[in-house]
Order: sequence, then structure tokens, then C-alpha cells
Amino acid sequence: MAEANPQKVFAPWEDPNQAPLIRFEGVTKKFGTFTAVDDLNLDIYRGEFFALLGPSGCGKTTLMRMLAGFEDPTMGKIWLDDVDVAPIPPNRRPVNMMFQSYALFPHLTVWDNIAFGLKRSDMPKDKIGDRVQEMLRLTRLEQFAKRKPHQISGGQRQRVALARSLAKAPKLLLLDEPLGALDKKLRQETQFELMDIQEKTGTTFVIVTHDQEEAMTVATRVAVMDHGKLVQVATPAGIYETPNSVYVADFIGEVNIIEGAAAPTGDGKVDIAFAEGAEPIHATIGEPVTAGQKVFFAIRPEKIHVGREPDPTRANRIRGKVHDIAYLGNISTYRVELETGQMISAQMTNARRLSRRDFTWEDEVWLSWTDTAGVVLTR
Amino acid sequence: MNRSMSWFNVTSLTLGFAFLYLPMMILIFYSFNASKLVTVWAGFSTKWYGELLHNKQFLDAAWVTLRVGVMSSTAATILGTMAAYVMVRGGRFFGRTLFSGMIYAPLVMPEVITGLSLLLLFIAIGLDRGIFTIVLAHTTFSMCYVSVVVSSRLMTFDRSLEEAALDLGCSPFDAFKSVTLPIITPAVISGWLLAFTLSLDDLVIASFASGPSSTTLPIKIFSAVRLGVSPEINALSTIMIGIVATGVITTSLISKNAIRRQRQEELEGTKL
Amino acid sequence: MNLRRLALILVPYLWLMGFFLVPFLIVVKIALSDTAIAIPPYWPVLDLSAGWTGIKEFFSELDLENFIFLTEDSLYWKSYLSSLQIATISTFLTLLVGYPIAYAMAQAPDEWRPTLMMLVILPFWTSFLIRVYSWVGIIANEGLLNQFLLWTGLISEPLQIMNTPTAVYIGIVYTYLPFMILPIYATLEKMDGSLIEAAVDLGCSRGKAFWLVTLPLSRPGMIAGCFLVFIPALGEFVIPSLLGGSQTLMIGKVLWEEFFSNRDWPVAAAVAVVLLLLLVIPIVLFQRNQQKQEEAGR
Repeated sequence: MAEANPQKVFAPWEDPNQAPLIRFEGVTKKFGTFTAVDDLNLDIYRGEFFALLGPSGCGKTTLMRMLAGFEDPTMGKIWLDDVDVAPIPPNRRPVNMMFQSYALFPHLTVWDNIAFGLKRSDMPKDKIGDRVQEMLRLTRLEQFAKRKPHQISGGQRQRVALARSLAKAPKLLLLDEPLGALDKKLRQETQFELMDIQEKTGTTFVIVTHDQEEAMTVATRVAVMDHGKLVQVATPAGIYETPNSVYVADFIGEVNIIEGAAAPTGDGKVDIAFAEGAEPIHATIGEPVTAGQKVFFAIRPEKIHVGREPDPTRANRIRGKVHDIAYLGNISTYRVELETGQMISAQMTNARRLSRRDFTWEDEVWLSWTDTAGVVLTR
Repeated sequence: MNRSMSWFNVTSLTLGFAFLYLPMMILIFYSFNASKLVTVWAGFSTKWYGELLHNKQFLDAAWVTLRVGVMSSTAATILGTMAAYVMVRGGRFFGRTLFSGMIYAPLVMPEVITGLSLLLLFIAIGLDRGIFTIVLAHTTFSMCYVSVVVSSRLMTFDRSLEEAALDLGCSPFDAFKSVTLPIITPAVISGWLLAFTLSLDDLVIASFASGPSSTTLPIKIFSAVRLGVSPEINALSTIMIGIVATGVITTSLISKNAIRRQRQEELEGTKL
Repeated sequence: MNLRRLALILVPYLWLMGFFLVPFLIVVKIALSDTAIAIPPYWPVLDLSAGWTGIKEFFSELDLENFIFLTEDSLYWKSYLSSLQIATISTFLTLLVGYPIAYAMAQAPDEWRPTLMMLVILPFWTSFLIRVYSWVGIIANEGLLNQFLLWTGLISEPLQIMNTPTAVYIGIVYTYLPFMILPIYATLEKMDGSLIEAAVDLGCSRGKAFWLVTLPLSRPGMIAGCFLVFIPALGEFVIPSLLGGSQTLMIGKVLWEEFFSNRDWPVAAAVAVVLLLLLVIPIVLFQRNQQKQEEAGR
């Protein structure tokens, strides 16, 4: 088990003896009659790269701004290192923020932007130069030190913003959609760079994003938010493989959701009757369900095998007709219409060349999957 | 859109700008007329400029105007910038609507009413009229213009810049001093120039607010031109037009160059 | 920190209260007082030393007598009407002169536009008084215009322009023209050029396209420009007193004379209050127009 694994896995949230760096305790934030954050409890640990993920207006930015000190909670408490942060103004918090717009001071050079926070700390003057140099090196900006923000590219600006917010070595770094302004290719490179820098400095990062791919790539844990509440907090794999609700399953990646009535068959298995006359889906349950309860069966497209013949090694085998094929290069997504009318997406890697592809439109195919391939959700 | 212009457009531009500039050109032209009669050309001469330089009354009035202009526009810039900051960043406070009303009302208030009301105030509180009261009056109406100029800059200002300064350890005052102020400086400067021009230009309010010992240049000019055209006033007008034109053209050239340089730098920045 | 914020709010607030609101209240108060041959030349004078009874007595002495006087003496309502008429006519004339200039500017090649803009703004920075004065030498009876017309033989005796409403129209159009050009130019410049092409493509002639597309789209700019000319023109003093002569009645001039020549402060104050009431309507309408435009711009 854990002891047998020589490489220690970073998972402080599983250790009851670990004290969290940040603790939200029943935090509520209201703007007039609108509740942005609703009675929220959350622990974030030292050294984590924590992602707050959700659609715009879900309260993730408000949560972050409360950590930085730009908003005060209407109710509840926020603890940072066992200190209640409520009375501390933003300029005294050991927390720094990287703004979505970068908020680089246009009248100052890159060097002065990075030194800005240091000059306002009690760091001696001669040390400031060294620290700025170190930050420039970390973000590979040495040759741009004398430029003004409008004289460098978008990616460089993003790195200046990061260097500036890291310069004071904060206990906690907040990143508000840090890669939102970059194009896709640059964004992917920068994601790895961010992870690298987080690892090198050991700073706790909290990132706000609406891009699920970005959250999955960079984070140790992801919190999915909706309407001011946390829906699920788990590792990226946990969120993807075992979502706790249809909302999370649907928000992260592609998924097929099939609604049906549960019929537990013992030993942690369940049959789900989803259509008249069709064989029920055999699945494994995570949480107890009662006979006849309405449940949702969620399965990722890549977990479904598409073949000419049913696959006898898999517990579920259903016949359908290919309705649509989306060729994406490395993979193809098949939209298959079942005899009962449901539309199911299935993905297969394109190991062979296109000309020798097996199926085409209107072909009859068998979809097969194991009884552990999907999850059974009750909400 | 680089199409050639129709004859109609060329004509309206020509006539329009002729209408705007011809009267001033004529004024400048006749300021070099040797004749006392303004409408009869009697050869080139700069004698009216010479006489102007020896006219102590005009020189005194010009000196008063200049002092009033510098003092009132400086005070108006400080007060107007404060007011703009309060309007845009002040949040909610008691009487905010009244405050913004008092900022915008002087912009549309007829000068005769502003002047009259200030004079009645000065009399009511027993303040002797002189340079000081003109400065008070000019500060009051030009601070509203300054605050409009500055607040329009503040509104387009990315709020997260101030938040970033706070986040990096600035106190609110420090954030204003080291981030907000440097960025809004161009707007503050144009506010000052506007206030200064308004002060130099004002006849009506100054007439109400001034005492016998403090005549400004516009008051002097007004009482002179009421009697008709005079070559001395033509010379004075030419000097004033010259100063303004030089100032405006220089600043527009400077800002044009600054914009070009910035564009070039941006271009170089994106290449790297 | 809160003390600083308080100071930041209070300093400009109190300044405006003291030098804008209070003076205006004094005007209203004096408008309700009676004329007196004294220093100050009105009555009653608020005597705070008399305490509450003094204040009560003070208020009981205030009345609308001066306003009734304004309606009785034909000079006043005639000058209000004449101000409205002059402001309206000259606003309309400014629109007629300004629109083609703004339109031509918007059609001009890109590289000309900053220069054209500067040429429109430049007069605004030069002295208002001098700009008005520059017309005296042109339109006077022995002025350049009459000399020229006499020389061409078009007229046999000089035209009387100076000291007539026409001179005031010329003065207002000339001095306020930039206020009309700039907002119209701003709306025309923002306009998508392909709209006209679309209209022509759909069968309009160029003229018809202007009438059906350009003109309606530039309406907000025209409205803004008209208010920017009308509001200050209504209370104008310098132009009627330099160009209008004694027979052109404008309320700003009447107020000035009432105050400085007749020393009738209560009547002058009442004239001011009525002028302001007259201005409230166009100001509110202007505000609405600006708000609507801002919302549409978002």
C-alpha cells in the first residue's frame, strides 16, 4: 500500500495531522441580494496548486478576492496560517495576486514593476536588486528589464506579472485567469512553465479559471464551483473518473449521461433499466441506491469500444447505427444511435490509416464496455 | 477610407475654415496698419505694438491676469482632481448626488449668474473685492472643467492597477501617489491648461468679482472695444492669438511624436 | 485611512458648497427681498443676532414682488422671448453651417483628420472676446464687408449689420461653431462606411442614401451640438453687448445692466432665477440625450 510505494505521493489533504494553510469556515458573500459565495467550507494546504474551476459568475473570483482582501466576507471566517485575516488590509497580507489584466504599471519598466512590492517591504535596498535579478532569471526576462510593459509581447507581460507577484515570496499566490489572454499554443507552454515555477519556489498557488483543461493540467486539486457552492473538490483524476454529480461530469470533458431506474443486484453492482425492451446497463455503484431509484449513468466516450461484433469480455453490449463520425486526427468520435433512440458518443484511437478505417456512416456496430467503465450518479 | 473628396466636401471645408479663420487673419493683418483708422490701409508699421508696450494700464492688467490665471488654475487643478477622484473612486457617501450636481451645474450655468451670485456672496461675507476674489471665482468654475477632464481619464483607467499596488504593499495613499497620479498626469496637465485658458479668457465673472484696483486684461479689452475698433487692441489680440497658436501647435506636435514613438516601440516589442 | 477619505471628499465638497451652492441660495434670497436705497441695496437683511424671532421676521418679509414686477414690465418678458428667439435661430444657423464641415471632415483622408480636428479646436483656445471683436471691423458700417460690397457695386449705401440681431447671429455662429462640429463629426466618424455602400447596393442614389442613412444616424451628434450651442447662447452677454447694440434685447445683457447700471439687485437676482428656470428644460433634455447615447454605445 502507501508504505510499499517508495515515492511519497503529495497528498496532504488525506493526512488528518496536516494543518491547512487556508481555511474557509462558513464563508458567505452577498452583493445586495445576490449571493456570490454561499456558506462555503474549504481547506487548502501548503505547497498545493489549487484550482477553482467554474463558469463565470459562479463565485470563484469573489472567493479569490476575499483571500486577497479586496472583498470582505458577509459571514464566516477565513484563516490563513491560523490567523483570522478579516482585520488585515490587502497591503498587509502575506498574499499576492496576479491579475487577469496583469495590471502592469505602464509608467514603470519591467525592473521597476518587479521591484515595486519589494520597495514597500522592509527589505534592504541592496538586497532588492538581487531579488529582482533572481526573479528575472526565473521567468527568463533578463534582457527585457529596462523595457516598459507596452514594449514587450503578451507572453512576456504575463511573465512579468508572475515575477512581480512572486518577488515578495508570498505565503500564497493567487492567479486570476493567468493565461486567459494568451493564444492556445502559448497557453499550453505557459501551463508547464507555471507548474515548474510553482515547484521551484514551493509557493502555494490558487488559480481561478473557467478552462477545465487548464485546471486539470496544472492543479494538484480542483474545486468545481457552481452558484457560490463547491460541488466537488478532488484531484484531477478523481474529478474526471469519479465525478460526484451530473454537473461535474458534464462540466469536465465529454460524457454520455443515461437516465434510468436502479435495481441493485448485490455485491456492489446495479442494473439500470434505461429503456423499454432494452437490456439494462450493468454497473458498479459508488454510493448506496435503492431499488427503483432514479439514477444517472455517466460514461466517457473513450471508455466505450466500438466494434463489428459484441466484445464478449465486456459486461455491456449494445447494438446501434453510426450516425456521425468526427475525425480529429489522433482519434475519431462516433455518434451511435441505439435501437431505443439514444445517442451515444464513443471514441476510438486511429491506430490505422484512414483508408483502412473499419466503419462508416449507417454501419451497424456494437458498443461494449465493462461494468466498471462508468459511474452511477444520483444527482 | 482613402477616397478622393467630392467638390462639395472640398468646398464646404474651404468655406468653413475660411469663415473660422478669416476674421482673425484680418485682425492680425490690420494690426500692422500704420493708420489709426482701422479700415484704411496706410502701409506696414509695428508702431501699435510699440505703443502697447508703453501702455502701463494694459501691462498692469496683463500682469494681474497672468497671476490670477496661474493661481486659480493651480488651485482648480488640485481641487478638480480631488473631486474627480471622489466621483469615480469615492464609492457611496452622503450627498453624492448633490456633489455631482455641483460639479456639472457650473458647466452649463450662464456666466452672468455665476458672477452675480459670487459677487453677492463676497458682499454678504464682507470680503473686499480684488485679485483674491477673482482667484476664488475662477477656481470654482474651472475646477469643474478640470474634474470632468480628469474623471474621464480615471474612468478608462484599469482599476486592477490600483488593486495591484495595494496587493504589493502600498497604503491607499501610497497607491494613489505612485500609481494613479503618474498615469493620470497627462489629463491633469491638460486640465491645468484648460483652467488657465478659461481664466485668461473670462470677462463676465471677473467683472463681477473684481474690485477697482484689480482690472484683468479681458475687462480692459472689453471697455476699450466697446468704443469701437482700435489698432492697439488689434496688436494685443495678435500677440494673444500668436501665443495660443504656438502653444497648441507645439503640444499637438509633441503628442503626435510621442504617439508615433510609442507605436514604434510596441511594434518592436511584438517582434521579439 | 477613513480620515483621509473624509478629507478628500470634504475639501472639494465644502468648496463647492461655499462658492457655488451658498451664493446661489443668496441670489434666490435677494430675489425675494425688496429694493432699498441702502447698503446693501435690498431689504430685509438677515440679522442673526436677533435670534429666532429675527429669522422668523426675516422670512415673513420675503415675497414674490420682484417676480410679479418682471411680468408687469414688458422689458423683461420681451427680452426673455427675444433671447429664446435669438438662441433658437442662431442654433439652427450653426447647425446649417457646421454640418457640412463635420461631414466633409469625416470624409477626408485619414492623414488629414488630426490636422482638421486641430484647426477646429484651435479657435476654442483663443480668446472668446477677441473672436467676437474681430467681427466689429468687418461688419461695421464703414467696415470691410461694406467697403467691398460698395466697391463691387452690389449696394449703393452701406448695409446696417452692426447693432442688429443679424450681427448677434453671426457672432454666435462664429464663436460656437466648434461646439456644433465636434459632436457631429464624432458620430459621423464612428459610422460604418459600408452602410452607405449597402444602401446604394440596395438601390438608393447617393443623395437618397445620405438622407435615409447618414442623416438619421448622425442625429445624436446633431442634438448634442444643438444643446451645446443653445444653452450658452441663451445667457450670452459678450456677443449682444459688443455686436447687438442697444436695440437687441438679450436677458444676459439686461441682467448686467440691471445690476451694474441700475443697481437694482433684487430685480437682477429675480432675472437670474427666471433665466435659470428657463435653462432647466434644455439642460434636462440634453442630459437625457447624452445618457441615451452612452447606453446605446455600450
